[in-house]
Amino acid sequence: MSLFLRDYLTVVWFGLAAIVLAGLLLGIAAAIRPSRPSAEKLLAYESGVDPVGMGWSQSQVRYYVFALLFVIFDVEAVFIFPWAAATERYGVFGLVTMLAFIVLLLDGLVYAWKRGLLRWV
Amino acid sequence: MLHVAVEIPYWGQSLLRVLGGIAAVLLPAGTIVYLFLFKMMSFMQSRLGPMEAGPFGSMQLFAEVGKWLQKEDIIPENADERIYKMAPIIVLVSTFLLVVVVPFGPDAWFTNFSAGVFYALAIGSVSVIGILVAGWSSANKYSLLGGLRAAGQLIAYELPMVLAVVGVVIQAGSMNLQDIVVAQNTGSIFGWDGIGFPFVITQFLGFLIFMIAVQAELTQVPFDMPIAESELVSGYMTEYSGFRFLIFFIGEFATAGVFAFIASVLFLGGWGVPFAWFGWDSLDQVDNWMNIGGPLIMLTKMMVLTGIIMWVRFSYPRFREDQLQRFAWKVLIPLSLANIAVTAIVKVAI
Repeated sequence: MSLFLRDYLTVVWFGLAAIVLAGLLLGIAAAIRPSRPSAEKLLAYESGVDPVGMGWSQSQVRYYVFALLFVIFDVEAVFIFPWAAATERYGVFGLVTMLAFIVLLLDGLVYAWKRGLLRWV
Repeated sequence: MLHVAVEIPYWGQSLLRVLGGIAAVLLPAGTIVYLFLFKMMSFMQSRLGPMEAGPFGSMQLFAEVGKWLQKEDIIPENADERIYKMAPIIVLVSTFLLVVVVPFGPDAWFTNFSAGVFYALAIGSVSVIGILVAGWSSANKYSLLGGLRAAGQLIAYELPMVLAVVGVVIQAGSMNLQDIVVAQNTGSIFGWDGIGFPFVITQFLGFLIFMIAVQAELTQVPFDMPIAESELVSGYMTEYSGFRFLIFFIGEFATAGVFAFIASVLFLGGWGVPFAWFGWDSLDQVDNWMNIGGPLIMLTKMMVLTGIIMWVRFSYPRFREDQLQRFAWKVLIPLSLANIAVTAIVKVAI
């Protein structure tokens, strides 16, 4: 196997190690802890009073807007990194292109800002 | 690269790496909790902190683990049980996957990805999934609100973090963390190579943005909206009890340690000492003893950085949700983009 793939195999081992470690500790805990469930104990916690309605309530659409903005900028970062690792090779041409790219995306942020999307309430 | 005298078979190497990884995750977590959370916070509040277990309460951590092991594991009736049980494990796994990229010495690394920076930033956001899932599966209003707040916050601060690192990548000309360490330690400041050239000097703005983003990613206090004990009880962890809660807790501080490791690699010169001190020119010439010295240097830098993170945590009041989002989108992201532009222009011009 190539060294490159072996590095990724190490990642798999680490993931498995975390699962095994958590499983081991939870297993020990399961062996020695008490288990006396009662109806009151298993209720959802709402500051000590009986829960009202469902726990899965609807929430603000705000989070969705921020998630969309995030995707745009994260993709931008994906494009910036390969260039950043070789700025000298691409020289002035790469610099101008990339700055134009950044300014264009910044435009998007300014637009969202102007539309009031970045305001929370 | 220097060769270790004995040739170790692949399974042996993997075992050593995994054991090293477990040490690199749990040791920082333990030290941070004892030294900062128990002791530093107590001293800042004019109290002694734990004193009973062991000298100066140094065995308190073991006592705590023993206590948590015996706690009942309560799973709410309405919760989505399988996902509810999975969530803390996802958080712990993401920490382990993050520590994989950190180099601790010339040969003491777990993986040597050529795009290590990229990997670190990608894996750094996996824990969001665990937190979101924990908030949703608990079937509790506080948990759901906490989970959503966590997702919104981690998303917003992921970007400044990613963009702040671009400046370092431009300066080092590589995304390999080992290369970044070497670039800092072989560098010189106007021909003076006494301290190498840690990127924190030129990338101070990037370092500042990175540390603020780390603070937010870890949901430490000025950014602890997702947990906010005075309004959301305990946020996404409200329903968790017993050892599952402790796994979240360990994950939080272990991730603090790992992010501090990454920050010290990117900005403070990582495991290296300035190569000029010993007349080394490149990675190949670095002496073998750096494989022992490197981890110790990394540990020191990690303690300093987590010390700052905790200091801020104990000193500031919490942000409001709208202030938090505004700060990320209107201040940090434009600033980090400007930082990229200036760094690139200077790099190409000189």
